[in-house]
Amino acid sequence: MSVIKRVVLDVLKPHQPNALEFVTALADRHSGCVIRITVIEVDEKTESTLLEVQGDAVPYEEIVDTIKTLGASVHSIDEVEVSSAEPVRD
Amino acid sequence: MIGRLRFLLQLTHAHRIARRYFVTNGFDGALTMMGLTMGFYTAESAVAAPVVIGACLGAAVALAVSGLASAYVSESAEREKELRELEQAVVTDLQDTAHGQAARTVPVLIATVNGLAPLLIALFIMSPLWLEEAGVALPLSGLESSLVLSFLSLFLLGAFLGTVSGRFWLASALRTLVIALFTAGIIYFINT
Repeated sequence: MSVIKRVVLDVLKPHQPNALEFVTALADRHSGCVIRITVIEVDEKTESTLLEVQGDAVPYEEIVDTIKTLGASVHSIDEVEVSSAEPVRD
Repeated sequence: MIGRLRFLLQLTHAHRIARRYFVTNGFDGALTMMGLTMGFYTAESAVAAPVVIGACLGAAVALAVSGLASAYVSESAEREKELRELEQAVVTDLQDTAHGQAARTVPVLIATVNGLAPLLIALFIMSPLWLEEAGVALPLSGLESSLVLSFLSLFLLGAFLGTVSGRFWLASALRTLVIALFTAGIIYFINT
């Protein structure tokens, strides 16, 4: 079974929580993940960001649920790195 | 639960609003109690203690209910409006998100602060009246002690404001004390 090692998402978020609070909230809910956010564009009420999540097994669905809980939405999956599991030896 | 509330307060910056409401309505409560006690103190004929306590308690409860209701109604409307605007901006339904939860929870929190601030300060100011009625010996009369506590409350609220704003706390405290003394002066002038 393959596991996600790294994913980069295009995320539209409100100004609050700010970038620091946003990634802190994500990291608090998903231990073992390294999360990086880059603000690409700032509008009147929203920010377009690139969210990079790295880990031994990134829980993609849970990450997306948390993003939605924080009032943001995933626009696209921009980059993904997936690792296949070790082959089973007899 | 507390962590969640802290997050919602952080999300909406509601702690600043709650602090503002605490000072504003606390000031209302302290000044109203000062006005009442000053009015009774300078009245031509002495007023019975149960009448003073009843009047002060009535005013305290009215201030609390007024603070609770007005803050809840205005904050709910503000939060709903902000949520709708945010929903339009992110083109998503935010009812089940932290923002939706904050829009429902924060007005209750702020209303509680706005209602409790004048009530607790008023009860603090009224405490000598009860103590005197219970037969506890006080260095001053019940009304005089209440007046001192009302000035002290306003002084402390001013000091708190000064600390929050980063200015010299004593200057801010003296300013609110002067307002209180000025108000007391007007009441004294009218009643005598």
